[in-house]
Amino acid sequence: MNLDLILALLAATIQSGTPILYATLGEIITEKAGILNLGVEGIMLIGALAGFLVSQSFGSPVLGFILGGLCGAFFAGIHGCICLIFQGNQVVSGLALTILGTGLAYFLGTPFIGQSAPGFSKLVIPVLSHLPVIGPVFFNHDILVYISYILPVVILIFLNKTRWGLRLRAVGEYPQAALAAGVKVILYRWIGVLLGGFLVGLGGAYLSLAYTHLWTNGLTSGRGWIAVALVIFAFWHPLRAILGAYLFGGIMAFQLRVQALGTNLPSSILLMLPYAMTIIVLSLSYRKGHLSEAPASLGTNIEPEE
Amino acid sequence: MKKIRIVRQHQPLKWGYIFIFFIALGLSLGIGAILLSLQGKPPLKGIALLFQGAFGAGYAIEDSLIKAVPIFLCSLGVALSFRLQMWNIGAEGQYALGAIGATCMALNFPQLPWFVLLPLMFLAASVCGGIWGLIPALLKLKINVNEIIVTLMLNYIGILFLEYLVYGPWKDPTSFGFPITPEFSPQAIVGTIPGTRLNWGIIFCVLIGVVMTVFFRYTRLGYELKVCGENLRAARYARMPYAFLIIMVMVVSGALAGSAGFLEVSANLNRLQTSVMAGYGYTAIVVAWLARLNPLYIGIASFLLAGLRVGVENLQLEMGIPAAFGAILEGLILLSVLAGGFFREYKLVIREKS
Repeated sequence: MNLDLILALLAATIQSGTPILYATLGEIITEKAGILNLGVEGIMLIGALAGFLVSQSFGSPVLGFILGGLCGAFFAGIHGCICLIFQGNQVVSGLALTILGTGLAYFLGTPFIGQSAPGFSKLVIPVLSHLPVIGPVFFNHDILVYISYILPVVILIFLNKTRWGLRLRAVGEYPQAALAAGVKVILYRWIGVLLGGFLVGLGGAYLSLAYTHLWTNGLTSGRGWIAVALVIFAFWHPLRAILGAYLFGGIMAFQLRVQALGTNLPSSILLMLPYAMTIIVLSLSYRKGHLSEAPASLGTNIEPEE
Repeated sequence: MKKIRIVRQHQPLKWGYIFIFFIALGLSLGIGAILLSLQGKPPLKGIALLFQGAFGAGYAIEDSLIKAVPIFLCSLGVALSFRLQMWNIGAEGQYALGAIGATCMALNFPQLPWFVLLPLMFLAASVCGGIWGLIPALLKLKINVNEIIVTLMLNYIGILFLEYLVYGPWKDPTSFGFPITPEFSPQAIVGTIPGTRLNWGIIFCVLIGVVMTVFFRYTRLGYELKVCGENLRAARYARMPYAFLIIMVMVVSGALAGSAGFLEVSANLNRLQTSVMAGYGYTAIVVAWLARLNPLYIGIASFLLAGLRVGVENLQLEMGIPAAFGAILEGLILLSVLAGGFFREYKLVIREKS
């Protein structure tokens, strides 16, 4: 392998990891608020379809990206209704959301298969892109990638330094204590669900607007589920999410390249790589025993007042 | 000023659940009808076609029953694991492995007499499915890895492995490049019940359903399962065999889904091909939850949701509606039942605010 090939692979790793990063960050926020949302795969698909359709009709990928996120938030809001109002089981509700989202994306998206929409083009950063190695790998992408560099830091500061973020975390740890301290528990859980859904939707919209520029069925191919796994791998820490997302971006990019090079390895076996790696990586991270990092009341509902 | 208060009911409504289910069904069909009209199709005719296709004639009911078999078996397994709060989402993959195991026997020993070959296929399918269930159970017990993620990833791996086999080593050389295995020998095919198009698998379903019901109601292990599922801490305190239960539940779960894979390739397709993966494993989750993990209700719900699938096929044929319409309805039904469960346990009281 020569250097150019390696650089291209690394650049592809960043691009392929970006949608996973958005989704993982979104799910981290949601889970920090104590809500387990397994609908990530469905929300991503909805975000991808909404972004694609808006960009195609209005010719504006920026609008598509934002509306993709908003549709993601709206869709996550269904999960919010079930868990926060109707006291439904969070695991099952998330699964139902994925089934619904996948179905809707297929149903509404089928007429658009193979069609393209205006997407984001490369925005080469003047000075930084000329740096050797780092330039072509990190600074030769679309603007959404650059946003994703800053986003984990912003979220980290939000969760650890701002009053809103601290309350959101308190609601995920000890909702009763937070309630006693006068925090509007349900409100902050809603913020977690909607903000998280927004970011997951953005991750989906990234796929259709920056990654492929065209619509195909099953665009996410399990990335949403990988994001759910990465939250655990990242121990709910936004900066570690970067590591996980690029690790999987790398595997996905590698698998695509090897297929394109035409090896004897059948494509199905290569496609297994990210899923097998998820299990292996999760098993390895569990060994370190960081499970205590999980929000204490993750997955449990708040009983309505008597 | 009036204020709405939420009050927990002393006793959950007994009849309420069926009521909720039908409201949920109506609500979901309503939203489905709106979706149809958004696509420029006549909504009422669409819903009528759906019901007609599912339950409108003898052959339609037969079709629904045929599809109910794999859903029922997968769902029974899923429900078993859900009882223990093991969130096994892996029926789809366990089913794929079952189909692979059965096909392996059918292709390698085509000349064995049927009374040897069929049990062998069944055994291979159950073992393969069981192993696919054992992996997440062991990972959960040994290093506490989240079973939701593992079972899900194993689904993808199982389906891709199946694809690898039918596109590669098992492909029929005379299939003109189609990804299908050679047709099974007659000895490897589960026959139909005389006078019907139903295969013997449906009898197997009834037997397994009865066994499960007896197991839950009358055996010590079934009781322990219930206790462990409802209160893990109490169960640990009472030294119930939690680890053993987890392994048993996941292996049986996988074996049941595996046997569904066996029946599908042997009785319905007569060969292995990618269309064997029809998402029964995911529908099984919907069914298990709708039926509140009860074997008898699982039977009824399997038939209803299988009918929904057959009905959607009719809709696809007559109106060109994508098959994903069925998944939408399934998701909506599950969500509305989840929301409806609230009204079983709580009631709203409107009071004057003092």
